[in-house]
Amino acid sequence: MTKQDLTNAITDCVARGDKAFVPYIMAGDGGLETIKNTILFLQQTGVTAIELGIPFSDPVADGPVIEEAGERALAKGITLRKVVKELASFKNEVTVPLVIMTYLNPILSYGIDQFAKDCQDSGISGLIVPDLPHEESGLLQNSLEKSEIALIPLVSLTSPPERIKKITAAAEGFVYAVTVNGITGVRDGFGDDLAAHLEQLKAVSPVPVLAGFGISTPEQVQSIGALADGVIVGSAIVAAFHRNDLMTVEELVKASKKEIYS
Amino acid sequence: MVKELNVTQTMRAGRYGRFGGQFVPETLMTALIELEAAYDDAIADPIFTDEVSYYLKDFVGRETPLYFAERLTKEAGGAKIYLKREDLNHTGAHKINNTVGQALLAMRMGKKKIVAETGAGQHGVATATVCALFNLECVIYMGKEDIRRQELNVFRMELLGAKVVSVNKGSGTLKDAVNEALRYWVANVEDTHYILGSALGPHPFPRIVRDFQRVIGVETRRQIVEKEGRLPDAIVACIGGGSNAIGMFHPFIDDEDVGLYGVEAAGSGIETGLHAAAIADGKEGVLHGAYMYVLQDNDGFIQEAHSISAGLDYPAVGPEHSHLHDIGRVTYTSVTDAGALQGLQLLAKVEGIIPALESAHAVHYAVELAGTMGEEEILVICLSGRGDKDVQTVRDALGGGLND
Repeated sequence: MTKQDLTNAITDCVARGDKAFVPYIMAGDGGLETIKNTILFLQQTGVTAIELGIPFSDPVADGPVIEEAGERALAKGITLRKVVKELASFKNEVTVPLVIMTYLNPILSYGIDQFAKDCQDSGISGLIVPDLPHEESGLLQNSLEKSEIALIPLVSLTSPPERIKKITAAAEGFVYAVTVNGITGVRDGFGDDLAAHLEQLKAVSPVPVLAGFGISTPEQVQSIGALADGVIVGSAIVAAFHRNDLMTVEELVKASKKEIYS
Repeated sequence: MVKELNVTQTMRAGRYGRFGGQFVPETLMTALIELEAAYDDAIADPIFTDEVSYYLKDFVGRETPLYFAERLTKEAGGAKIYLKREDLNHTGAHKINNTVGQALLAMRMGKKKIVAETGAGQHGVATATVCALFNLECVIYMGKEDIRRQELNVFRMELLGAKVVSVNKGSGTLKDAVNEALRYWVANVEDTHYILGSALGPHPFPRIVRDFQRVIGVETRRQIVEKEGRLPDAIVACIGGGSNAIGMFHPFIDDEDVGLYGVEAAGSGIETGLHAAAIADGKEGVLHGAYMYVLQDNDGFIQEAHSISAGLDYPAVGPEHSHLHDIGRVTYTSVTDAGALQGLQLLAKVEGIIPALESAHAVHYAVELAGTMGEEEILVICLSGRGDKDVQTVRDALGGGLND
């Protein structure tokens, strides 16, 4: 699938009156062989796209739930190379766009050009690199430009308006709006300024805006989803899969649908 | 008033050759941009630089002596050895040069809360000290293993009013403490300044830390000319992230006749894999916001460092050192735990100075190097800190007694 398919999946969803729902899973939490089943399960629940996190030794943007899942995956020997290869093995069965979330160093170690090529071959349509801000994005962008993979930019609450314009100007796929200052993980509440921030972001972004970080309940999927084109849910999904609680996953996805949502 | 705060530009904003940069989450970018602007503004303001100089002189006790180590010179049997006595600074190491500067900068930016990481505890103590001095709230992240190794420094920080948070993740050392400090900063960025302690991290930190540590080299340069009428032939400093070394080396970079030697921690030996020598055995990569030499495996995962010295126990070396290695201006070498213990004992016995285990790496290599040099030549060791904090570790390592 291509970066345009990723954008289209979100806009189609919004056009239907739903909100986009993108679950984050820790690739290989439970072993490399679980990736396929998890993806196939999620796509039949009606998710819009799937974000696959790659475990890393020093995940500075992640909270405890995802960090611990990453440690479990690392203990199973999961690496970026293995995940990309595994995805290629069942790409014909995948019907939703896949987005890889990895810290930068494993990509550098892989080799940027080779990584871009292999991602393309595995049908990956987007890439999120939390420690690669706009200023440094050229490092990957040059290799990705030749591909059908979107480098998805993150915008934070601390990004001033001028900067938001700069970051979103050439955005592809979607824009990842970080809803809190801090790391990933469950939160009770969000700042009062979030609505205005997301509204301003949607006004300037040429691609859909998905909100993420700290969204963990069906209520939050709806309330935060209402302010954007959809949501990304990480820690709550990772924790649910870890305890094999598929019902919670389904309920979170369902909360993004029109019949429940309106 | 000492006017040592001499400031230089990096070649491109935040780059040292291909090293450096700003590889951090977007949430921190605005803070880094603001920090750079505030720093540029501050160092151009004599009120700020005078204030820094005032505290360095009257609070820290600068300038520090450049001491001719006569008996160590005899022991080495070659070049005249001088010690730049950063161990005599208030709080016992060079770290306070940087924390005074950054705390004043934080206050100028209107930030009243400080977060910092610490390895050996020297940077943590230096940060807690300036926070007490300037009435700033202070949180220090420290690895569990380092807390064990440096128990007294933890208590010292607490006496000074800081909150010390133990980091149990990873190897429980400096790398993990930096991860947690970064996470804390991301969550509290609007009212908190991160006082990074080494010449590491995203731009502008490597530049800021270097500039505040340059006072070491600037003083040394003047002092050696006063004593010897010329510049030294060699300068030796230990390297963890590289703050004392870059501060010492930087004013001599353009003096091609001055040999510069950085000593990494070889732990149990480079060949054992249990070491902290990122230049000797690392690959280029990104950690904690900068592109530099990093100890990592074939999948780009960061490896744990190993050193008897908590302050050198870090799996990377700062971006400017990475560049100085690449262009061949500084010679990087390494000394094992055993070598450092020898260096420490030797300096204690012949000069009456117990150096920090970090600095003892430099002492050990310097004695070897001096032995290969002529008697008319001059070598300066950056004695970055004192060894009081390490006495327990050294006693344990020596099996409770002295091995002569």
